Amino acid sequence: MIGYDLRRNLTNNFMMCLMVGAALAVMAPLGIIFVHILKMGASSLSLDFFTQIPKPTGESGGGMANGLAGSAMMIGMSSCLGLPVGILGAVYLNEFGGNRFATAVRFSADVLAGIPSIITGMVAYTLLVVPMKGFSALAGAVALALIMIPIVLRTTEEQLKMVPGTLREASLALGVPCWRTSLKVTLVSARAGIITGVLLSIARVAGETAPLLFTALGNQFWSKRLTEPMAAIPLQIFNFAISPYEDWHKLAWAGALVLVVIMFTLNLTARYFGRIKHNG
Amino acid sequence: MESKLQLDQLNVHFGASHAVKGVSLDFPANTVTAIIGPSGCGKSTVLRSINRMHDLVPGARVTGKILLDDEDVYGKKVDPVAVRRRIGMVFQKANPFPAMSIYDNVISGYKLNGRVNKGEMDVIVESSLKRVALWDEVKDRLKSSAMALSGGQQQRLCIARTVAVQPEVILMDEPCSALDPIATLKIEELIAELKEQYTVVIVTHNMQQAARVSDCTAFLYLGELIEFDVTKKIFTNPAKSQTEDYITGRFG
Repeated sequence: MIGYDLRRNLTNNFMMCLMVGAALAVMAPLGIIFVHILKMGASSLSLDFFTQIPKPTGESGGGMANGLAGSAMMIGMSSCLGLPVGILGAVYLNEFGGNRFATAVRFSADVLAGIPSIITGMVAYTLLVVPMKGFSALAGAVALALIMIPIVLRTTEEQLKMVPGTLREASLALGVPCWRTSLKVTLVSARAGIITGVLLSIARVAGETAPLLFTALGNQFWSKRLTEPMAAIPLQIFNFAISPYEDWHKLAWAGALVLVVIMFTLNLTARYFGRIKHNG
Repeated sequence: MESKLQLDQLNVHFGASHAVKGVSLDFPANTVTAIIGPSGCGKSTVLRSINRMHDLVPGARVTGKILLDDEDVYGKKVDPVAVRRRIGMVFQKANPFPAMSIYDNVISGYKLNGRVNKGEMDVIVESSLKRVALWDEVKDRLKSSAMALSGGQQQRLCIARTVAVQPEVILMDEPCSALDPIATLKIEELIAELKEQYTVVIVTHNMQQAARVSDCTAFLYLGELIEFDVTKKIFTNPAKSQTEDYITGRFG
């Protein structure tokens, strides 16, 4: 006789509900963050935000133009430092990945990726800020680069591994030296995936605050030199949010909104390049 | 006949396994030599040691001599890159560069090496594609992706890419095993034409193919050379019973 097992079906439904609930709980925070920041930030966002530097306390208005420029500059500099190291390191691991040194490099990268960013900031402080006798954009860029390198290294290595060996052989059989094959065939074939990894690493450091506290410090004005303290969006959000002034709180919300939109755009672009790769 | 390429007591080890055992062969210039034998007999390994592709395989060890115009390609002062420029290779599965156009694929041997003379490029591309009888099929879409071509066309494109850099020897590793009979026929006709200018060594699973295209045939079994002679003799009156068993389909 084929019976209807009530108890088993109830258990099944109950477990189903638990899993759907857990899946929703994954999405909910993003929705809450987005809605909340949009509500708080949108009203404070104006053209001034993108063109003005912060006004002194007591004056209303002002913006975070210097923070936007500072973030862009420091991310640019850290990319110049971190991307070549990460990408070329990954090429090395992919070509000569079997030896002990490569295992050590991979392990170091994994550990480095796991180190809390505030510690990276402290190291950059000790190695650069103290000897240079001052907080600087340069030190900030180095701290961010240290965070980028392991991310770029490991994502690039994964992408390079997926390039079929037959392409490398085709190039080598044409009498193309190994190093040219690595750069012009393997790296070029994996470029869409590498761009995805690079964008995600940029998205990661764009929001970093802790490593900049000890290095770039922040600046209420335009920075003229790379050896001076420099403003950055996350730093300004932090400083304004803990200030006692209502005006500054609003600017902090506007800054948060802009930062979240930048992240969102970077992630979407990264996904776009990820898809190109899969479509061949 | 003058010999172009000679193997002298070639041994190849991969770690503990002894894949090729003391093979000596003589490839005459401007002929097609087929290497036949059952799977795992070491025929591809022999082929790949000729242009030093095993240099990149960890654990691979090659001993013995491979003489190209009487010069050992494994000599101390010999650059493997220079060897590969003189000994081209066509692989089992057509492997055009997917990110490149048809045109760029043909000229890739020059472009990847950074030696491009713009004026010569068009000439090299046209003559190489004509050489493999692909020119008429692709001349109107040279800039489109190589991946849009059929399997047989892709394989001919790979041969065009190989002849474009003007090697002296062309190694072919089961070049037709992934192709349909018509595409196979075209490649075989091409091989017959190529020997006028190049020395061709072809590894094949297909004994009829070996009989059709080659002048000499070497039979390998379990890493050892069993018999090497003119193709006609191997297929009509082999000296060794193992060869006869294999070509008549009793094993393999």
